[in-house]
Amino acid sequence: MTSLPTPQPNQKKLGLVIDLDTCVGCQACATSCKEWNTQGYSAPLTDTNPYGADVSGVWLNRIHGYEVNEEGRDDSRVVNFPRSCLHCETPACVTVCPTGATYKRAEDGIVLVNPDTCIGCKLCSWACPYGAREYDHTVGVMKKCTLCVDRIYNTNLEPEDRAPACVKACPTGARHFGDLGDPNSDVSQLVKAREGYDLLPEMGYKPVNKYLPPRKRRDATSSKQIALPKGDGSAMDRLFSWADKMLSGKSSAASAKQEDYSDKLEG
Amino acid sequence: MNPAYSVILFTTASGAGYGLLALLGLVGFNHGPVSIFAFGITAIIIALGLITIGLLSSTLHLGHPERAWRAFSQWRSSWLSREGVAAVATYVPALLFGVVWTDIIHAPAIVGPLGLLTGIMCAITVFCTAKIYSTLKTIRAWNNALTEPVYLAFALATGGALMTAIATVFGRYQIFQAILTGAAVILVAVLKYFYWRSIDSAERTHTMAAATGLGTGVRQWEVPHTAENYIMKEMGFAVARKHALKLRNSVFFLLLISLLALAACQITPWFSFIAVLAVLVAAVFERWLFFAEAQHVVSLYYGAEKA
Repeated sequence: MTSLPTPQPNQKKLGLVIDLDTCVGCQACATSCKEWNTQGYSAPLTDTNPYGADVSGVWLNRIHGYEVNEEGRDDSRVVNFPRSCLHCETPACVTVCPTGATYKRAEDGIVLVNPDTCIGCKLCSWACPYGAREYDHTVGVMKKCTLCVDRIYNTNLEPEDRAPACVKACPTGARHFGDLGDPNSDVSQLVKAREGYDLLPEMGYKPVNKYLPPRKRRDATSSKQIALPKGDGSAMDRLFSWADKMLSGKSSAASAKQEDYSDKLEG
Repeated sequence: MNPAYSVILFTTASGAGYGLLALLGLVGFNHGPVSIFAFGITAIIIALGLITIGLLSSTLHLGHPERAWRAFSQWRSSWLSREGVAAVATYVPALLFGVVWTDIIHAPAIVGPLGLLTGIMCAITVFCTAKIYSTLKTIRAWNNALTEPVYLAFALATGGALMTAIATVFGRYQIFQAILTGAAVILVAVLKYFYWRSIDSAERTHTMAAATGLGTGVRQWEVPHTAENYIMKEMGFAVARKHALKLRNSVFFLLLISLLALAACQITPWFSFIAVLAVLVAAVFERWLFFAEAQHVVSLYYGAEKA
């Protein structure tokens, strides 16, 4: 049934909270996801020509890198940005499905694809603004993040392992899993404390997954501050400063005084 | 969006088929049983043939065509499902109309009502096809008030041109066929002009800043993969935008050719074959552009600043 389930009071909303401040872009979440899910619910996550020139494959998690220029600074910072299904509260991918293969679970809000009834029409991937769905050409069905539905309730695993593979794999603790429908849960508290936000909120799909913004950068840790040596006023420093002035010639003597070495960063 | 040839063939062929079938239904509604059996049966077979070829080709791009029957189940929420239901349901009045209109079964009293019902079902099916696209908020160029009118007008224009040509072959050419088709062609041209003006001038409301939440100073630094993935291949098709203007002009040029050919039908109705060819090629070009020009919101994650 591709109509959405009616939300209940205290509706459970399982999802992820991704901390863009601590993510280092190591791809551990993506590889761990691939490793688990190529043998789990979504199996297989096909790779075609994996060792050839034209590599292609299905992944449920992709880690982008963005360069961000903050206002009032002339340097920029890199933000690693993992992107996967956000298990929206009102997902368009579900309602467009003509067969009922994709559905949102009433009990915990996880959005899944039934690989036995999916006809591979790809319309759900067109309806998703987040690029969360990847079509598997070999199997002929759509693949997406299952929130490791086959781990989180799996009583064959130790209780501490009943979390999505990506969360378990993250070496910096940048990925958090929990019930975002419960305002007192750890993840909800974290979102509140760190001002977690929705992606493309204006589209109205109400993503459950939240992103935590990078913290404000402290100047002492900025790469430029460390990379550029500053004069300490010692005798040796003044000698070099004098030598620099002599060697620089008249036109650049004025700028040499400012002790700005930024044009020397590149050989 | 990647213009899949199976979908282009499906929407243009079935559109022409439904347009022709609807017009035959209206002819039956007005005049009762057809006077020349060969004309009636040929026209009905061509209409249902185009529809069937279109529907079959639409299953070609499915990963599991053998499961296509499941697509009839979710008509409560899915326009694709509704289209499937409408398409199959149309066969019932269409086949009944076909046999009574051509007098295979003699029942002149019900030709009119069946013709009208067939025409309405054809319009509903084409409308459902357009709705699949126009309800996608992720694609600005499709989520447009003119998407459904353009699909309906193209079905009428291509169907009308086909009817004129088939009637010519059986010596049943009448001036109303050329006039009706010409009006539909003009309607297509006007709608497409305003459609293209609308998508060109519409505000790009989604930004990379909103997609990432990283502020207005964000730009792509590194893509997540070393080779193109499904998302980039399916939604990242941007090559055509470079040639869009040339192709748009060709659509208008072809529509003009078909109009001139329809006017020339007063000299000899055999010019209607040029009209059919021109309007069908225009439909294919237009449908290709409809896909190729459309930018998907997901492109914001892959370097586009606005969508």
